[in-house]
Amino acid sequence: MAGSQVTAHPDIAAARLSPEVYRANFADVHPPLEADQAVVEANRCYFCYDAPCVEACPTGIDIPGFIRKIATGNVDGAGLRILEENIFGGSCARVCPTEILCEAACVRTEQQGKPIAIGALQRYATDPTLAAAVHPFTRALSTGRRVAVVGGGPAGLACAHRLAMLGHDVTVFEARERLGGLNEYGIAEYKVADHFARAEVDFVLAVGGIAVRTGVALGRDLSLADLRGDYDAVFLGMGLAGVKALECEGEELQGVFNAVDYIERLRQAADFATLPIGRRIVVIGGGNTAIDIAVQAKRLGAEDVTLVYRRTAEAMSATGHEQEFAQTNGVRIKHSAQPVRLTGRDGGVAEAVFEYTATQGGRLVGTGEIFALPADMVFKAIGQVFVADPLAEGGSSLLALANGRIRVDADGKTSLDKVWAGGDCIAGGQDLTVQAVEDGKRAALAIHRSLAG
Amino acid sequence: MADLTTRFAGFKSPNPFWLASAPPTDKAYNIVRAFKAGWGGVVWKTLGEDPPVVNTCSRYGATSYKGNRVAGFSNIELITDRPLAINLQEIKEVKRDWPDRALVVSLMVPCDEESWKRILAAVEETDADGVELNFGCPHGMSERGMGSAVGQVPEYIEMVTRWCKQHTRMPVIVKLTPNVTSILGPARAAVRGGADAVSLINTVNSIVSVDLDLMAPEPVVDGKGTHAGYCGPAVKPIALHMVAEIARDPECRGIPISGIGGIESWRDAAEFIALGAGTVQVCTAAMHYGFRIVDDLKDGLARWMATKSYAGIEDFSGRAVANVRDWQYLNLEYKTIAAIDQELCIKCGLCHIACEDTAHQAIASLRNGGGRRYEVIAGECVGCNLCMHVCPVDGCITMQRADDGSRERNWTQHPNNPMAVGASPVDGAAE
Ligand SMILES: Cc1cc2nc3c(=O)[nH]c(=O)nc-3n(C[C@H](O)[C@H](O)[C@H](O)COP(=O)(O)OP(=O)(O)OC[C@H]3O[C@@H](n4cnc5c(N)ncnc54)[C@H](O)[C@@H]3O)c2cc1C
Ligand SMILES: Cc1cc2nc3c(=O)[nH]c(=O)nc-3n(C[C@H](O)[C@H](O)[C@H](O)COP(=O)(O)O)c2cc1C
Ligand code: SF4
Repeated sequence: MAGSQVTAHPDIAAARLSPEVYRANFADVHPPLEADQAVVEANRCYFCYDAPCVEACPTGIDIPGFIRKIATGNVDGAGLRILEENIFGGSCARVCPTEILCEAACVRTEQQGKPIAIGALQRYATDPTLAAAVHPFTRALSTGRRVAVVGGGPAGLACAHRLAMLGHDVTVFEARERLGGLNEYGIAEYKVADHFARAEVDFVLAVGGIAVRTGVALGRDLSLADLRGDYDAVFLGMGLAGVKALECEGEELQGVFNAVDYIERLRQAADFATLPIGRRIVVIGGGNTAIDIAVQAKRLGAEDVTLVYRRTAEAMSATGHEQEFAQTNGVRIKHSAQPVRLTGRDGGVAEAVFEYTATQGGRLVGTGEIFALPADMVFKAIGQVFVADPLAEGGSSLLALANGRIRVDADGKTSLDKVWAGGDCIAGGQDLTVQAVEDGKRAALAIHRSLAG
Repeated sequence: MADLTTRFAGFKSPNPFWLASAPPTDKAYNIVRAFKAGWGGVVWKTLGEDPPVVNTCSRYGATSYKGNRVAGFSNIELITDRPLAINLQEIKEVKRDWPDRALVVSLMVPCDEESWKRILAAVEETDADGVELNFGCPHGMSERGMGSAVGQVPEYIEMVTRWCKQHTRMPVIVKLTPNVTSILGPARAAVRGGADAVSLINTVNSIVSVDLDLMAPEPVVDGKGTHAGYCGPAVKPIALHMVAEIARDPECRGIPISGIGGIESWRDAAEFIALGAGTVQVCTAAMHYGFRIVDDLKDGLARWMATKSYAGIEDFSGRAVANVRDWQYLNLEYKTIAAIDQELCIKCGLCHIACEDTAHQAIASLRNGGGRRYEVIAGECVGCNLCMHVCPVDGCITMQRADDGSRERNWTQHPNNPMAVGASPVDGAAE
């Protein structure tokens, strides 16, 4: 069919696929391990001493420890061992790029190029604990101290959970309607299928001691000064609210979308058949978001999806594994080309024009060679940025920034008294869920120490 | 390739691989399938007197080790539960159709001469090649004064063996139970009674596991269990030791041995043969995978023999026996030290933690920058080779010779041994 048919312009339509196909396309990409598979895999683990995988996990989960418990049939114990260090162990099991984290460090990777499937085992261990009726952690005696957490993403909720466990009373302020942050609004649907993010949020809150105020935004509905006045400490886990602009002609045309906005719609859709998608898609960018929108567009029924990145494959922030995943999903990846302009027809985008690039003296330059890709929709996925406005009073930020994000010390402490921060909104992070969780946990421990002191 | 033809105590078979007396040899149907698959011989499932025994549900237990099934296997089965006449009829037919294979009939009857005489006469009628006396079965039959009840009393073994030799022209193999303190008592008794060969081991008394919900030993029979006979890969080391003890015993010298216990690969078989076995018998591995395993048993053994230039089984049978010594004759001057190949090391740290916690604190755990490095502290290493065993990488940790090979001194000569010949009574200084 492809190409042979003259199609209307722009060819954007909903309900391209049957309900069964939508269901299959957005089901769990990596179905859970069966018990016998898990035991065989767990038994591959050497139970290393001073295991390199533990160091490679930002949250420092006792990986050999939990895997040994799986091997002996102590699955609940394994789940708990994970959640002790990482309360979002369930989503991390699904979304972590393990190929650059724990599994990269696994000694079996060096030995055989085949690491233990740590992520899959982590899911196997945590699923039952998350589904259990009783939350596995109990709160310490109340300290009477109150902490405000801004942002209900992985960073904010990990911080809130740990503080609640330590006996503090926490209030989470979340601008959106739902908690979860990008777990709920951003991560690819097939990684956290079946509303996993919601179930996990409920699990995290079940520890008790966490009050939730959704639809309340810092900067709009309350100020940092209010929070510092009303609470003993404040944690900022606001993520990245802004999107980088393409800064090329035609960006305002209809059919040109921010990838994160479209993904948010997809993640909240009650029925995928309601989502209009083009027949020919161009994605601009080289990170997780670019891969995710490209694959999800394909899975919504787009015919040709081309992802264009301005540098080489090695320079992409999406891992090799993610790139391969996109390619096996039928996404074409073109490297070393930068957008020149988007051209339109009848007000809608029709073509994306690129110029090949090369590196000269360490700088990326256009080679002058041009090509154009027909497009019904163009997705921009060239990165998100931190928006400091909510932290500003009288036009200037109350907090010191570094590289456009909040500057913190090793404990997550900001330049401002009583204020900590973590997750994507801080400088020097990795922009990964697991890093956000670790930031939240570490800040909670620091806040606890400061409140006790 | 090497010739696997086997001559063993008057039996001839195209290869040394026999099926042990057990369910795989229960009836003509199985045995014909086994012969078609290429097995060299069989020991027919043990016959007894009518009326036949009755078996339980369930009958088997098994040990899974780290996801691997049937590392050990246990059973509470008895001897054949089919009428004697049917078995005899089938034996006759099978032997007629498969004249080149060894067909041995296992027997267990009450401990009186008449019973043995009667059944031997019946077996002779079938033209079977010989008999194996089941003195090993650890359950069910021993309670009736048969099986291991006989096999644990050397005098009974000798007596029954002698009866059998008197009442038949067929070669007699005596199958030994491992459920004794020393295998030499029963083995020597069999030799004294005139046995043509011994076979071992039968199953080991065991409780393979406990069902923690039912609070009953496996295999569970209506909520209860009993001790069972253990076999399969887990028992191979026990069997090898017992085979070697007989092979190197002066009183048993020359007695042909059929090795049994945990044999699953040609390598296992080669080890039994190296320790003195002339044939080997297999049960659990066949029950786990079917008769087709014989293909690689034969092929692998023949290829390995060819690489060693062994033309036939007898070329290496018993070759390792002379190297099995009592501990006090091992050279205490032989020294080794562990060496870690840093190129192969994958930094799992298992050698370090094993030596640090449970041996001699002879492997240092070092960090250079982010990297890990494990190094042997030569002065502390006692050459126990624990680290080599726990290391998951083949060839990464090896034991390097540390003495110059010029000295040899065993415990009987050692100054620390008060009974040593010429020991120095004072400070144990070297000679
Ligand atoms: C499309 C996409 C795919 C991704 N895929 C992966 C992946 O597969 N694996 C992985 O490890 N990481 C992935 N990431 C990154 C990961 O999602 C983030 O690193 C992680 O969610 C950061 O957590 P956070 O809590 O810091 O921020 P967020 O998850 O962004 O949460 C911030 C929360 O703060 C709220 N908020 C913002 N401003 C305010 C305000 N003023 N007042 C109150 N609330 C506010 C937001 O509504 C949001 O709920 C992906 C990111 C994107 C965009
Ligand atoms: C289910 C079962 C039944 C057995 N029945 C007999 C038997 O009737 N007579 C006998 O001499 N040995 C019997 N054995 C013992 C085997 O012949 C053999 O000696 C033992 O299993 C060790 O060999 P393996 O490790 O290859 O299984 C039986 C073993 C099993 C597993
Ligand atoms: S041989 Fe034994 S003592 Fe020597 S390093 Fe290895 S474990 Fe330690």
